[in-house]
Amino acid sequence: MYSYNEFDEAFVRERVAQFSQQVARRIDGSLTEDEFKPLRLMNGLYLQLHAYMLRVAIPYGTINPTQMRQLAHIAQTWDKGYGHFTTRQNIQFNWPLLKDVPAILSALADVGMHAIQTSGNTIRNVTADHFAGAAEDEIEDPRPYAELLRQWSTDHPEFQFLPRKFKIAVTGSPNDRAVVKSHDIGLRMIRRGSQVGFEVLVGGGLGRTPMIGQVVRDFLPIPDLLPYCEAIVSVYNLLGRRDNKYKARVKITVHENGLEEIQRQVEARFAEIRPTFHGHDQALLDDIRAAFAPPAFRNAPTDAHDTALADPVYRAWADTNLATHRNAQYAIVTISLKKHGETPGDATAHQMRVMADIAERFAHGELRISHEQNVILPHVHKSDLPMVHAMLQQAGLGTANVGLISDIIACPGMDYCALATARSIPVAQQIATRFEELKLEHDVGPLKIKISGCINACGHHHVGHIGILGLDRAGVENYQITLGGDGTETAVIGERAGPGFAYDEIVPAIERLVRAYLDVRSEPSETFLQTYRRLGLGPFKAALYPAEGAQDAA
Amino acid sequence: MSRKFTPKVVTANDLLIGDVVYLTADDQWTREHAQAELIEDEAHAQLRLLDGAGQKNIVVGVYLADAIAGPNGPEPTHFREVFRTRGPSNYAHGKQVGEQPGPRQP
Ligand code: HEM
Ligand code: SF4
Repeated sequence: MYSYNEFDEAFVRERVAQFSQQVARRIDGSLTEDEFKPLRLMNGLYLQLHAYMLRVAIPYGTINPTQMRQLAHIAQTWDKGYGHFTTRQNIQFNWPLLKDVPAILSALADVGMHAIQTSGNTIRNVTADHFAGAAEDEIEDPRPYAELLRQWSTDHPEFQFLPRKFKIAVTGSPNDRAVVKSHDIGLRMIRRGSQVGFEVLVGGGLGRTPMIGQVVRDFLPIPDLLPYCEAIVSVYNLLGRRDNKYKARVKITVHENGLEEIQRQVEARFAEIRPTFHGHDQALLDDIRAAFAPPAFRNAPTDAHDTALADPVYRAWADTNLATHRNAQYAIVTISLKKHGETPGDATAHQMRVMADIAERFAHGELRISHEQNVILPHVHKSDLPMVHAMLQQAGLGTANVGLISDIIACPGMDYCALATARSIPVAQQIATRFEELKLEHDVGPLKIKISGCINACGHHHVGHIGILGLDRAGVENYQITLGGDGTETAVIGERAGPGFAYDEIVPAIERLVRAYLDVRSEPSETFLQTYRRLGLGPFKAALYPAEGAQDAA
Repeated sequence: MSRKFTPKVVTANDLLIGDVVYLTADDQWTREHAQAELIEDEAHAQLRLLDGAGQKNIVVGVYLADAIAGPNGPEPTHFREVFRTRGPSNYAHGKQVGEQPGPRQP
C-alpha cells in the first residue's frame, strides 16, 4: 500500500505544528473565532451541537492495520471510545476537546494520516471503489489514480479557495460502487479497443439541488488525467458563483452555462495546460502503481469454507457479506457496521482493533472503508473465512445484512450535527430493529435505505431505493420519503412520494411500503428497485397514504 | 400592534470544551438550561445577546433560543434545544449522564 514519501511527511508535520500554534493562540485569546474558524476548518475541525468534531480523511478508503489501531487509540484516549465512518470515506470523532486536537493530529501524522482538506472550499478526500484491487469486474485498480489526484490536489495553490467544496470519486469498474455520478468530478474507467482510459463526468451532486453528473469527455487517455482535471477545476474556479453559496457548486455552474459551453472552455483550457505537463506526473504514477501491487495471493485448498456453509448462521453471512474476488480462492468480506439497533457506521475502539488484527492475520494487511459505512477486507483466502467470521461475531461484527434493508446509510443528523433539521440515527436504528423482529429482511432482499437529517443530503437519501429526509416542520420532526433512487452506474434521483411523516409514523410507513413491495413483486427475485421501475409510484403511494386512497375511492 | 415576544435564553458552546452553555442573570455561563436567565423582553434580549457574544474567549456561536418558564427554571421549547440540553439519543453520552465532551471520565 502507498505510504508517505518524505515530502508528504514533512508537509503533514509542518501543518500539525502550524495548527498547534493556532490552537494555542485561540486558547490564549490572540485569535478571534472569526479568525480561527477558517483555520480549524482547513484542518477538519468542526463545532457541532454538543462538542467539537474532527474529521479525518481515509484517502480512497484504504487503511492499514497500524492506522486502524491508531484510530482506536485516538478514540479511546481523546474521545468516548468510538468513531463514526462516513459516506465520504472519512472517520469522524464526535467529542474531542479543543486542547487535545493538536495531539490527535500528531498521533495521526505518526501513521501517515491527517485531517487536511476534509472541510472548506477545497478539493476534498478523493474517494474510490471500496472493492478496488479485488473486484472481479475491475479493469484496473483505481487507487493509483486517486492517489495521484490526492497528491496533485493537496495544498494545490490555485485551488485552496474554490467557490465551494469539490469532490472527486474514481471507479476502476464499469459497475459503479463509488457513486461517481453524484460527485463534482466522477471518473469511470473504461476500455476503448486495447486502450484503457476514463469516462469523465462533471456536475453531479446531492444537497438541495441534486443532480446526476454529465459526461464531459467520453474517453480520456490516462496521461491526460491531471491536466484535464486541472482544466475542469480551473474553469470552475473562474465561472463558479461566489455570490450565492447555494449556487456555488460546479453542478450549478454546469447547469447555468450548459454542458457544451463548459466542455468548450474545459477543452480550451486543457489545450493550454496540457503542454506544461512534461511527463513527471506519469513517472510519479509508475511509482505509485508499484505501491499498489496486489498482495502475494496464497494457493491452498478452500474446503474449510465449503464445509462451514452447512452452518446456517455462517451461510447467511456468506450469502450477504461476501463478494466475488478476482482470484477464485479468495473472497471480499464486507464487515457490517450495521448491527440491528446500533448506530450505522460506528465502531468502538475494541472493534477497530479486532478488525486490524483480522486484517493483519487473514487479509494481507488491508482494510477499506466503504461509502456505505461498512469496513471491507478486500483479500481473504476462503479457507480463512470461517475463522474470520467467528472472530467478527465475537466482537459484534458478524451481522449478516450487507445490501439488505438494515444496511442503512445515515448521516449524524440532529444527534450531532449543528445543521440538522431532524434526527436520522434513531430512525435507522428503529427500522433495522423492526425488520429484525419481523424476520423479513432476507425475504425482502436487496434494498438500500438512506437517511439524511437535512437538505444537505450527507446521507445520500436522493440515491436510496428508499430515501428519507428529516425536516423541521413547524417545530416538529417530519420525514419525507423519496423512492426509486439509485447510486450506481444507472444513477437516478429518487422521486418524492408525498407528504412527510412524523417521527413516530416513519417506521410504520416504511413497513407499509415494504409490505406493499412484497405483495406486488412479480417473483421473489424481482428487487424493490426493479418492482418500482416496473410499476412506478402508484402502489407504493397507496400503501403510504391508505386513508387518502380510501377517500379517493369514496 | 406588536406580536407577543417569545421568551429567550442566550446560549452558546464553550470554547475549550465544546459543551452547550447558557448565560445566567449574573453573567456566568452555566451548563444547565434551568439556571439560564429567562429573557422576557425583546430589547433586553438583544442586549444580553451582545453581552454574551462579547465573551469571545469563553464561548463560541452565541445565539438566542426560545424558552418558557418551568417549575425549576427556563425550559427549551424547540426539539433542537431539547436535544442540546441532553446530548445524543444513540448513546448515554453528554449532559443526560452528567458528562462533558472529551474522554470518558473514569
Ligand atoms: C458536522 C457534520 C457535517 C456538516 C457540517 C456537513 C455539511 C455539509 C453541507 C453543507 C453539504 C452540502 C454541500 C452543498 O450542497 O454545497 C454537505 C454535503 C454532503 N456531505 Fe456533509 N456534513 C457533515 C457531515 C457529513 C457526514 C458525516 C458525511 C458522511 C456520512 C457527509 C457527506 C456528505 C455528502 C456525501 C454530501 C453530499 C454530496 C455533495 O457534496 O453534493 N457529511 N455536507
Ligand atoms: S445531511 Fe444535514 S444533518 Fe446530516 S450530516 Fe449533513 S448537514 Fe448534518
